[in-house]
Amino acid sequence: MLLSLAQSALPIGISGIEKRFGAVSILSDLSLDVAAGEFLTLLGPSGSGKTTLLMILAGFVRANAGSIKVGGEEIITMPPHKRNIGMVFQNYALFPHMNVFHNIAFPLKQRHVSAAETAERVERALDLVQLKGLGERRVDQLSGGQRQRVALARAIVFEPRIVLMDEPLSALDKSLREHMQIELRNLHRRLGMTTVYVTHDQREAITMSDRIAVMNAGRIEQIDQPEVLYARPQTKFVAGFIGESSFVPVESRNGSVWYEDRKLRMTTTAPSAGRHLMVVRPEKLRLVADADEAGGVNLLPATVGDVIYQGDSFVCYATLRDGRQVTLRDYCRSDVLAKLPAPGEPITLGIDAQDVVLVADQ
Amino acid sequence: MSLASASLDHASRRDGALNGDALNADARREARGMLALLSPGLFLVFAVIIVPIGWLFWLSLFDESGQLSAANYARFFEQASYIKTFVTTFKVAFTVTGACILLGYPLAYMLSQLPRRAASICLIFVVLPFWTSVLVRTYAWLVILQRKGLVNTWLMDLGVISQPLPLANNFAGVVIGMTHIMLPFLVLPLYASMKTIDVDCLRAGMNLGASPAATFRQIFFPLSLPGLASGVVIVFVLCLGFFVTPALMGGGKVIMWAMRMEQTTSLYSNWGAGAALGVVLLGVTLALLGLFHWLLGARATGVWSRR
Repeated sequence: MLLSLAQSALPIGISGIEKRFGAVSILSDLSLDVAAGEFLTLLGPSGSGKTTLLMILAGFVRANAGSIKVGGEEIITMPPHKRNIGMVFQNYALFPHMNVFHNIAFPLKQRHVSAAETAERVERALDLVQLKGLGERRVDQLSGGQRQRVALARAIVFEPRIVLMDEPLSALDKSLREHMQIELRNLHRRLGMTTVYVTHDQREAITMSDRIAVMNAGRIEQIDQPEVLYARPQTKFVAGFIGESSFVPVESRNGSVWYEDRKLRMTTTAPSAGRHLMVVRPEKLRLVADADEAGGVNLLPATVGDVIYQGDSFVCYATLRDGRQVTLRDYCRSDVLAKLPAPGEPITLGIDAQDVVLVADQ
Repeated sequence: MSLASASLDHASRRDGALNGDALNADARREARGMLALLSPGLFLVFAVIIVPIGWLFWLSLFDESGQLSAANYARFFEQASYIKTFVTTFKVAFTVTGACILLGYPLAYMLSQLPRRAASICLIFVVLPFWTSVLVRTYAWLVILQRKGLVNTWLMDLGVISQPLPLANNFAGVVIGMTHIMLPFLVLPLYASMKTIDVDCLRAGMNLGASPAATFRQIFFPLSLPGLASGVVIVFVLCLGFFVTPALMGGGKVIMWAMRMEQTTSLYSNWGAGAALGVVLLGVTLALLGLFHWLLGARATGVWSRR
C-alpha cells in the first residue's frame, strides 16, 4: 500500500505576487498556475526570487500583495501550520533531538493521529524512501542521502496537498544527486502530489520537471515543458541559462532575416524588423563541405580557433567573420573525426532551418 | 612493506621504512617542542591550583592543637550551625538559580530573536553590570531595597503598601542582589546556544503543523536545554561559593558557606576548620558538575528523544 496522495493533489493559482525588502523589489507582479499533480520547477540564478516565492507559498515570508489559491481556497494570510503543505528544506532541517521515527511522526503527532496508525504510517513512509528499519537511528548517525530521504518522508507522511522542495539535493555529491533525481521523479509519479521544486541547476530541472518556470530578477521569463524551453527559448536570458548558447546577430527586414548578406532559411515566420540574435547551440552546429549548400541548411563561414578532445565528444571553438565566437560539439564518430579541422583552418558551419531560433537583442 | 622499502632496504635498519628513523626522530622533536611550549602553563596550574589545594587538604587534617585528627570533618555532623549554613547555602543557590532561569530564559529568547544589530545593543546592557564592582552594585541594591529605600518609599507613596517591605538584610535581599549579579552568567551561554538553533528547524515545525507555541515547546525548548544546563551549572557553582553579596545583603542573618569560612579563619583563626569547609565545598561542587555532565551525556545518547 502506498500513501494515497493522488486524489488529494490540488492545483495552485498564484497571481500578482509582490515582494519588497525595503526599497528592493524581490518579486514583481508574479503570476503562475500549477496544475494538480504537476511537478513544476522554479529555475533561476541566485537572487532571482525563486526561494522567496517558495517561502511565500509555505507562509514563512509575507508578500506585500497577491493571491495564492490552493484548490480555489485563498491561503495568502493563513499561518504556515494551517496550510497543510509539506516542505523539504535545503539543509533538511531534521530535528536533532529526535530519532528518525519521531522526526517522521512529528506531523502526525500534531494532527493527533493515534499511536498505532502513526507507527503504521511512519513505517510505510520509511519503506517508500527505502529506509526500512532505520527508525531508531539518531539523525547524526545518518549519511547525507539518508537525511535527505528522512526529510522527504517527513514532508509526505501526513499526505499534504502540496509538496515544496528548496534545492533538496544541492548538499549531495554528484552521483548521489543524479540517483536521487530519478528517485524523486519516480516517487512523484507514484504519489502524484503537486510539487513545486526550486533549483539553480538547469540539468536537474530538465531531468525532473513536467514544466519549468525560468526566473530572472523577480520575474518569470518563460514557463514551458523542458523540451520546449530548450528548443524554443523566448528570451536571451533563457537561451543562455538553459544549455550552452552562442548568439549571432541577425537583421530582420522586408519579411525575411539576414545574416550578413545571406538570407536565413528558417521554419518560423520572421520577427518584426530590426536587430535580433540567433541562438546557436553547440550540438545544432555541424561541419559542412562548401558544396552541399542544398537542402535547408544555413551556412556560416568561420575560422577554427581550438579543437578540444573530450573522449566521447569534441568541442570546436570557431570565430565567425565578424569576430564572434561560436562553439560546436559533436560525438567522435569516425566520419566526423576524418574531417576534423586543424586550428587556424577556414571551415563552414551549418545550422538546419528548423534549428534557427531568434530572440530579441536586449 | 612497500615497494620502496624492499628496494631501498639499506636506507633503514629498525622498521624497514624509508627514512623511518629520521621521521621518528622528527616526531619526537616536535613532541618535545610542544611540551616546552606547554610548560609555563603547566607550571602555573601546578603552582596556583594543585599546590594550594593540596595544602588546603593537608591543613584540614589537623586540629587546633596540631594533632592529626578528623575533628574538622566530624564538626559537620556534630554542630547544628554547620548544617544550618550548609542548608542555607543550597537554599540560596537553588533560589537564585531558579530566579535566574525565570528572568534569564525569556531575556535570552528575546535576544536570540532580535535582529543581530538590535541584539548586540541589548547584549551590551546585559554585560554592562560586569564593568561595575560587585561591591558597588551590592551597596546600590542596599540603597534601593532598605526600609527607607527607593522601592519602599515609592510603594508607600503610591499607597500600594502601608508598612515597608522587608527587602534587605534578609534572605530576600540576598536573593535579589545575587540574582542581579548572576544573571549574565546564565544569559550569555543560553543566548549563544539559542543562536545556534537552526531557523529552518522552527520553520519545519510550523510547516509540519505545529502552532508557534507547540513549535517552541517541542523544538526550540528542547534544543535550548544544553545551553540552559551550562548556564545553570555556572550560576549554581558560583552561588555556592559567593561571599560579598550575602555578607552585605544578609544583614548577618543569612550565613553562607564562604562567610562561615571567613569567620572560622579570621575570627577564630582555626585554619584547619576553614580548610575542611573549603575541601567540602570543592567536593560538593565537583560532585554536582559530575551529575550535570552525566545528565548531559544521557541526553547525547538519546534518552531525551524517547517519550
